Amino acid sequence: MSASRPLPRWADVALLPFLNLVLAMIVSGIVIAAIGQNPFDAIRIMAYGAFGYGEGIGFTLHFATDFIFTGLAVAVAAHAGLFNIGGEGQAYLAGLGAIAVGLLLDHTSWLLVLPLAIVASAAIGGVWALIPGYLQAKRGSHVVITTIMFNFIASAIMAYLLVYVLKPMGVQEPSTANVVAAGKIPQLRQFFPFFGEAPLNMTIVFAILALIFVYVLLWRTKFGFALRTMGHNPSASLYAGISNSKMTMIVMTISGALAGMVAVNEVLGVQARVVIDITAGYGFVGIAVALMGRNHPIGIALAAILFGALYQGGLELQFEMPAITRDMIVVIQALVIMFTGAMEGLLRPGLENAFMVFGPRQRVEAAARETVGTEG
Amino acid sequence: MDYETIISTFAATLRLTTPLLLACLAGLYSERSGVFDIGLEGKMLAGAFGAAAVAVVTGNAWLGLLAAIGVSILMAMLHAVASITLKGNQIISGVAINFLAQGLTAVLGLAWFHLGGRTPAPPDSGRFRPIVWPAADQIHGIPIVGPIYATLLSGHNILVYVAFLAVPITYWVLYRTRFGLRLRAVGENPKAVDTAGISVTLMRYRALLITGALCGIAGAYFSIAQGNGFVNNMTAGDGYIALAALIFAKWRPVPAMFATLLFGFLDALQIRLQGVSVPGLNWPIPVQFIQALPYVLTCVLLAGFIGKAIGPRAGGVPYTKER
Repeated sequence: MSASRPLPRWADVALLPFLNLVLAMIVSGIVIAAIGQNPFDAIRIMAYGAFGYGEGIGFTLHFATDFIFTGLAVAVAAHAGLFNIGGEGQAYLAGLGAIAVGLLLDHTSWLLVLPLAIVASAAIGGVWALIPGYLQAKRGSHVVITTIMFNFIASAIMAYLLVYVLKPMGVQEPSTANVVAAGKIPQLRQFFPFFGEAPLNMTIVFAILALIFVYVLLWRTKFGFALRTMGHNPSASLYAGISNSKMTMIVMTISGALAGMVAVNEVLGVQARVVIDITAGYGFVGIAVALMGRNHPIGIALAAILFGALYQGGLELQFEMPAITRDMIVVIQALVIMFTGAMEGLLRPGLENAFMVFGPRQRVEAAARETVGTEG
Repeated sequence: MDYETIISTFAATLRLTTPLLLACLAGLYSERSGVFDIGLEGKMLAGAFGAAAVAVVTGNAWLGLLAAIGVSILMAMLHAVASITLKGNQIISGVAINFLAQGLTAVLGLAWFHLGGRTPAPPDSGRFRPIVWPAADQIHGIPIVGPIYATLLSGHNILVYVAFLAVPITYWVLYRTRFGLRLRAVGENPKAVDTAGISVTLMRYRALLITGALCGIAGAYFSIAQGNGFVNNMTAGDGYIALAALIFAKWRPVPAMFATLLFGFLDALQIRLQGVSVPGLNWPIPVQFIQALPYVLTCVLLAGFIGKAIGPRAGGVPYTKER
């Protein structure tokens, strides 16, 4: 290896993502300035819209709920060296599970509906990710390509079902029937009027549980160790007696199940039915969230709140600055993915050098290494 | 279906195949050089916007085309810097480029034209109009051959012919030139190319330059040839279908043409069948099934149930010289 040393842990997990985020924000600011708007006003409006008042915070946390699920979905797969781009399709199709439970048990209690809806949508999302997992494990087709294809297939299936099969009589737009009673998951605003009209609901509890679950699974179980081993070095895990193909299928199923839970939040938490494109790209946001959060539950929670704030702030921005569309958040999202994901090499060498020169411990170690001679 | 309808469906197939084919060949150059590119969609979309914006302002289709190529190459170079120079993850970079194009076209579209993200329709001089071949009207009357000449071959805009001409050119470049040999080698075994004293980095940059140019042409086709101005997200997933076609064609130019023709035909069929009932059945044909078919077929192929698709061996791996 070259002379540069790896960064200290805090710089790797916090400083570098932060600098990359700043870079993405600077470029976004340039875009806003280029269309003749004031980027500082834009940031102020977005920050106020996201955190300035109760309803804004409610919306931010509502979006964050979705992004926690999809971010975890990407992260779990990433730890195993797999790239699941199919979160969008998995979540969309999982809407069927959520609405089925909601409609069937509409006359019972939400205490029954919520956990069962989580299970049902996780099952459908999981199966929809298991197929690409199986195809990679047993048939050698790459999971990146197949999950992209499966997004489109899911979208076609849902369009067909919503237009021809599930649409109730007398309804114009393609959608399922509405849940009216227990199928509607309680909103937190019923207990805390602070949240105004925000659709933040009980699903967030499951998002927090999912964060804990993923942490325990990845870092506190034998399975998690095997999973990460495969991600670091597939041949090593094979020699250690781990079945990589079996792992691939299990990991993809878990990943899809996590993505599928988004459906509960959107279907039973907001719309009370399934409509076309109900997941609205949240599956893709998971990629940015996982990259930003360094594939760690704590990072993902923070990144999900950040992106929740971007989405909610973006809505506000649209009202306050009509010259900027909400698509600005897609630009920011793209830049975050680009800088924290693909262009990480932009800042890392410079940062490593900076730590080499300025970090006291590094300086001592570097000096020691130079006198001994490098190993290669 | 009568003969005229069949011929006009085939003509529609050619028109729908054009952007797929251009994007597919674009992806071919990139992936053959060992750089995955799932950002074809984004490059086309950016190109489409660039073409429309310039064509609206200048009223010149050729300037529009040039702008599309320029914008798309810019995007391709972003991908190149991220994935070749900085050795980043090529998939992630592609994802970012798709989002960047989707977001930027909408933001800039609204800011510049105030039409909710659309551009106005360019004037007639700002579009590539259908080229009617000599004596098409007279020949049309001749049975069998007439409609083939007048409807199928004649009456497309120039970019359609460019796309199909790009197939033999790509074949020739890939298999008959020194550049092509090196391009294929750099995707299979970059180390060997490096040992021969050829810069892997430079080869890959060149390949991505071509990718950008072809995606730009495809983009211009959307907004100033087939369509009339830019509409939000107007490429509608064609970049991904092109990617599927590339796998289907096993990264070879002539099969790429047939794969995109197949997918283009499915699309034409789907449009023609909208609202048509199957005789005997009371149901309209669900067009969603036909829409999903390219993706299903690609998955089936990738899974090795009908032949095996194996990509360039060095695909997706940034090249690092030994230190």
